[in-house]
Amino acid sequence: MKYAGLLVMPAGFFLSIAALTLFPAPASRAAFVLCGLAVEALGLVVAVRGHMEARGESHQ
Amino acid sequence: MTPIAPAMTDTAFALALALLLMAPLAIAGVALINTGLGRSRSAAQALLGNLAIVAVTAIVFALIGATVAGNLPGTPGSEGHILHVAGKPWNWLGAGPFLLSGLAAAPAQAQLALLFEFLAVAMAALIPWGSGADRFRLTAGCAAAAVMAAIVFPLLAHWVWAGGWLSQLGVNFSLGAGFLDPGGAATVHMFGGLSALAVIWIAGPRKGKFPKEGLATALPGHNAVYILFGCMIALVGWLGWNLAGALVWLHAPLSALPVTAINTVLAASAALAATFVVTRVRFGKPDASLCANAWLAGLVASSACAALVTPGVALAVGFVAGIATPLLVELLELAVSIDDPSGAITVHAAGGLLGLLAAGIFAPQQGQLVAQLVGIATLLGLVLPLVYLLFWILNRVHPFRADPDGERIGMDLHELGGGAYPEFVIHRDESYR
Repeated sequence: MKYAGLLVMPAGFFLSIAALTLFPAPASRAAFVLCGLAVEALGLVVAVRGHMEARGESHQ
Repeated sequence: MTPIAPAMTDTAFALALALLLMAPLAIAGVALINTGLGRSRSAAQALLGNLAIVAVTAIVFALIGATVAGNLPGTPGSEGHILHVAGKPWNWLGAGPFLLSGLAAAPAQAQLALLFEFLAVAMAALIPWGSGADRFRLTAGCAAAAVMAAIVFPLLAHWVWAGGWLSQLGVNFSLGAGFLDPGGAATVHMFGGLSALAVIWIAGPRKGKFPKEGLATALPGHNAVYILFGCMIALVGWLGWNLAGALVWLHAPLSALPVTAINTVLAASAALAATFVVTRVRFGKPDASLCANAWLAGLVASSACAALVTPGVALAVGFVAGIATPLLVELLELAVSIDDPSGAITVHAAGGLLGLLAAGIFAPQQGQLVAQLVGIATLLGLVLPLVYLLFWILNRVHPFRADPDGERIGMDLHELGGGAYPEFVIHRDESYR
């Protein structure tokens, strides 16, 4: 699960980069960059959850 | 084409050089804090590790990193490698001279930029070392530092400081002045903090930190004097770093330097005051270690914004850093099971993030906030997975973690054959019962 989260994070980065070239209007560009950051945050949360699950299993 | 910076006056050059010569005090301060926050039985290994990492990063950056960073404008190949995508140039990789050849003939400002990067890479590599305290092997720490200095830091330095695509966001996409990071909040601190997270994930927690039942065990730092004195030394170094950054990267006039210095002090002071109050309210007494962490978080946040905002904003940024620091340290340890002895994730990654956001929100240029967000997205979405991957491979080749016996007797005896305090009686550790 940790690796899945870490794989999602670059997807957020490429979303932010795509916003720069696809949206010339400032508002939509900013919104899309924020969406990219949200995807990265989601990936980080998944990676952290994976870390916690792995720690729980190592205790059993 | 890498833009040629405006020529620096002799006065500005001499001042920037003098300020950069103060910057190693910040490295010394962080080294002392890293050592003090670890345990007494690993103190010599921790401090030797800090010194060794400075040496390794200097050598590796001179051999490989400086070529990738490519920060000698005016020398052949300094324009770097450019990809053309959607009609825009994306300068993604530097192409500096090998082994710093031609350095003496390069423009004065380019030489200062290179000196800044030499110091910055050492500071960045010290940050994960502190987070791996009491279990991170000395040779593995040096190998991790070498990877940071050879691959990841030079890429970031090129993108942010040497005419790379992040610094050109203003020119190519009308996003303010491009990604701004005059004091290294992103290139040094956020990068170092995220590398610390990767080290913690790979090395795991210290033995006895998270018992099978009950709450996490408190493993306090062994020397509060090191920690607090390290904070004082760090302030001097940070002043040099932020002021030199304003001169070298922002080409700020000399008249802008006093405000930058005041903002640096204000951000650290406000952070300390806020954490002092928060820990006093929560625990009944102020916590020295958390106050030190907050002081450092305030300094880290100032690295991004001290040269760009007003004193009132610097004060507000410091307060936010000071309120967030103790809460985030507690959250990471108790809710997320992350054992970070030096608090690097909170101090360096979160502090840097806060400063970068503040620089975007309060900078006068239009579109600056989006430029800062793109920079943050690069660190979080590209740099963290890349560093994790590189460290994961490195850990397979040369394991990060000492064997259980080494952890039990302490890293000093295990790795160096002698302790930092040989006349002290080593007490029994209850966590190994």
